[in-house]
Amino acid sequence: MIGLTNYLAVAAILFTIGVFGIFVNRKNVIIILMSIELILLAVNINLVAFSVYLHDVVGQIFAMFVLTVAAAEAAVGLAILVTFFRNRGDIAVDDASVMKG
Amino acid sequence: MTLADLNLVWPELMLAGGALLLLMVGAFRGKGGPAFDGLAMLVLLAAGVAAVLGGEGRGFAGGLIADNLSSFAKVAIYAASALAIPLGGGWLRARGDDKFEFPVLILLAALGMGMMASAGDLISLYVGIELHSLALYVLAAFRRDDARSSEAGLKYFVLGALSSGLLLYGASLIYGFAGSTHFDVIAASIQGQAHTGLLFGLVFLICGLAFKVSAAPFHMWTPDVYEGAPTPVVGFFAGAPKMAAMVLLARVLSEGFGTTVAQWHSIIVIVALASVFVGAFAGLAQKNLKRLWAYSSIANIGYALLGLAAGGEVGMQAMLMFMVLYMVDVTGFFACLGALQRGGKPMETVDDMAGLFKEQPGIALAMTAFALSALGLPPFSGFFAKVFVFKAALGAGLVWPAVLALVGSVVAAAYYLRLIKVMWFDPSTGPVETPPLTAKTIAIGAALFSFPVGLIALHWLEPLALAASAAFG
Repeated sequence: MIGLTNYLAVAAILFTIGVFGIFVNRKNVIIILMSIELILLAVNINLVAFSVYLHDVVGQIFAMFVLTVAAAEAAVGLAILVTFFRNRGDIAVDDASVMKG
Repeated sequence: MTLADLNLVWPELMLAGGALLLLMVGAFRGKGGPAFDGLAMLVLLAAGVAAVLGGEGRGFAGGLIADNLSSFAKVAIYAASALAIPLGGGWLRARGDDKFEFPVLILLAALGMGMMASAGDLISLYVGIELHSLALYVLAAFRRDDARSSEAGLKYFVLGALSSGLLLYGASLIYGFAGSTHFDVIAASIQGQAHTGLLFGLVFLICGLAFKVSAAPFHMWTPDVYEGAPTPVVGFFAGAPKMAAMVLLARVLSEGFGTTVAQWHSIIVIVALASVFVGAFAGLAQKNLKRLWAYSSIANIGYALLGLAAGGEVGMQAMLMFMVLYMVDVTGFFACLGALQRGGKPMETVDDMAGLFKEQPGIALAMTAFALSALGLPPFSGFFAKVFVFKAALGAGLVWPAVLALVGSVVAAAYYLRLIKVMWFDPSTGPVETPPLTAKTIAIGAALFSFPVGLIALHWLEPLALAASAAFG
C-alpha cells in the first residue's frame, strides 16, 4: 500500500536532487533550470499528496498556481539566458566571473 | 468571491489594468518617453490614494487582507516605485537604452509587492512574491547588450528561483501539517507543541524569505546583482522589495506562527546578528560603491530583523519606521550614484569619488548625509531609525543581541567615514559632469528628508507606523 509517507519521501528526494543540482553543478545553466523545475515538481507532489490525504481541494489549486508560475519563470529565465549567451558566446557558469562572487 | 471583495483590491486592479494598458500603448507606439513614464507614475499615485482610501477587511476567502499595515506598506512601496521610474528612465535614455517596458515592469513589480503586503494565505504569498521577482529579474538584466547586466540578471534569476523553491517547499509542508493555507487557520491548528513537519516547513519558509530580503547567510547574490544591474534599478531593489518582504515575513510569523513564538524567535535573532556582522565586516574590503552599499543593505536588514525579533506592537513599529527611513536614504544614495560621471565614465568606486566636494558640492553634501544617516549619526534620520530598533530590542529583553548589533554598526562606521573622507579631502582627478536635473532633485530631496525634514516627519510617521502595527498585539 502506497501511503502519504511514500509520496513525501519521493518529493523530498526530488527536492534534494534539485537543490544539489544547483549547488554542485558548475557547468551548465540549462541543467540549473532543470534543477529548478525538479524542485517545483517535488513541491507539486507534496501538495497533491497532502490534498488527497486531507480531502481538501486547496492543495490541488495551489499546485495549479505553481505549474503556471513555473512556466512563466522558465520563460523569463530562458530569455535572460539568451541575452547572456549573446553577450558572451557561451553559457558556462564557470566563466560567469566578470564580477567576483 | 463577491463584489464586496473587489472593494479591497482597488490598488491592485489599478496597477494591473494600468500596466496592461501601458503595455498596449507602448507596443503600438513602439517607444516610451517622459510622458509615458509620467503616465506610469500617475497610475502608482492613483493606486497609493486607493490604498489609503480603500476599504478594510479580509477578502477572497481570507486570501487577501487590507488593513492599516498593508496600506502603510503599500504607500511606501508605491512611492519608492514611482521615484524609480523617472530616475531609471532618465538614466537609460542617457545611455540610449530607453525602452517602454521599463515603467511597465516597475508597475508589475509594485503590483506584486502590494500583494505581498496584503497576503493572507500561502497562495497569495507565493503569487505576490513571484510576480515581483519575475519583474525584478528582467529589470536586473535590463541593459541587454551589457555583459555585466545580463550576468547580474542570470545570477539573480538562479538564486531567486532557488529561494522561491525553498519557500514553496516550506509552504507545501505547512499546508500539509496544518491542513490549511490560511495564516489564521495555521495559527489555530497549533495546539501546544507544534508538529515537527510544521517546523520544518517554517524553517524553509524563513530561508526563502531571508533570501528575498538578502539577510545573511542567504546574502551571497546581493553584491553581484547590485554591481551588475543598472544603478537606478539597484536603488529600487534595495528599497521597496525589501520593505514588502519584511512586511510579509512579519505577517507570516506573527499571524501564522504567533502561537509558537519560541520556535522562530531565536532563528530571527541569529539571522539578524549574522546580517549585521556580515554587512559590517565584508563591507570593509569593498572598493566598488554598489557592492559596498549591498553590504550596507545587508547590515541594515539585520537591524530591521532585530526589530521584528523584538516582536509585539513596539517591535513591529520599529521595523516599519526603520524600513521607511532606510528606503529614503538608499533611494537618494543611488540617485546620486547614477547621476555621477567623470569623463564619460560612471563613477562607481570609492576612489572615483575623490574631490567630489570641490566638483559637485550639492551631490557631495547629499551623499555625506546618506552615509552619516546609514552610519546612524544624530541628527540624521538613520539615527532615529536605529534608536527605535534598539529601544524595542531592549524592551523585549534582547540585551546581548542589541549590544552586538551596536558593535556591528561601529565597525560599519569605518567604510562610511572612508567614503566621506575621500569625497571631502582627496584631490580631484578631473571635472565631474553636471548631473541630470531629475536625479539631482530627488537626491537633494531625500537628503533634506534625512535632515531636517525627517525629524518633523517623524511626528506623523510614528503614529502611522503604530497604527499599522496595532494588528500585532
